[in-house]
Amino acid sequence: MSDHDHHHEHGDHGHHPEAPSDVEARALALESLLIEKGLLTSEEVDRIIQLYEHDIGPMIGARVVARAWVDPEFRSRLLEDGPAAIRELGYESPTTTRLVVLESTPTVHHMVVCTLCSCYPWMVLGLPPTWYKSAPYRSRAVREPRKVLEEFGVTMPDDVSVNVWDSSSDLRYMVLPVWPPGTEDWTEEQLAAIVSRDSMIGVARLQLPAAARS
Amino acid sequence: MTAIDPRIANLDESAALPRKNGELVFKAPWEGRAFGMAVVLNEKGSYAWDAFRAHLVEEIAGGSPEYYESWLAAFESLLIDSGVVSAEELARRAAEYRALERDPVF
Repeated sequence: MSDHDHHHEHGDHGHHPEAPSDVEARALALESLLIEKGLLTSEEVDRIIQLYEHDIGPMIGARVVARAWVDPEFRSRLLEDGPAAIRELGYESPTTTRLVVLESTPTVHHMVVCTLCSCYPWMVLGLPPTWYKSAPYRSRAVREPRKVLEEFGVTMPDDVSVNVWDSSSDLRYMVLPVWPPGTEDWTEEQLAAIVSRDSMIGVARLQLPAAARS
Repeated sequence: MTAIDPRIANLDESAALPRKNGELVFKAPWEGRAFGMAVVLNEKGSYAWDAFRAHLVEEIAGGSPEYYESWLAAFESLLIDSGVVSAEELARRAAEYRALERDPVF
């Protein structure tokens, strides 16, 4: 068991108390006021963005994961220098924020959180889901990751160690999930389609889809 | 059930949504939030889409070259004009966020 493996890669400087820009502050002001007036909820806004965005954000991450599974050399480069490998696939990846890709294995499971705010690798995963920013997830992911995973429907066996990584504004993490057994002969495109956003945050494990079993 | 509204997806000419490979592009989370809020309120009938579009076209013609800055300005002016929020409460709230006095909602 290593639930306490809580990697503090950043110092105090990493997290926001970086004031939001003017436009960001105005968007925050609007959303908070509209919520207070009962005109919308954050979840409704999430849903619309997902609908219109066609999950393009998570799709970038999913394509990166699928390539890493089928191409071991790409996987090595991805683990070494995430942004450079992502640019190889033709996607933009900011040079100001470091992105580290964490490889989960059958015995080591990685999970990502931002304990102080909501730092998220949105360049590969799109916009963060509302629960990622919620106070319970941010505090409990570190304290009781196995319990949190249970609530996401993932029972982690005792012999699998769970590592929780705390993101910051200049260092973000994305999980390379375990390649689900039974999909070894799938094409890269088929594989990308089963990589979920949650698996790249580390709160889901991928399985061979039920429809493809038996 | 929510579905994509073709009047929104097919905004054209100066008001066309920024895209890459046909997919919408948000350069930062706040841009997506601004997009999402305007679409949610439209769905709920808070205003007619044409009214939002008119404000957007006007902002783009006279304002920032950044698409979603125009979008945000159009959304603000529409809500202020229709009395949903006041310019004062909006300015006060934004100042509180800039001063880090409030927890971010996204």
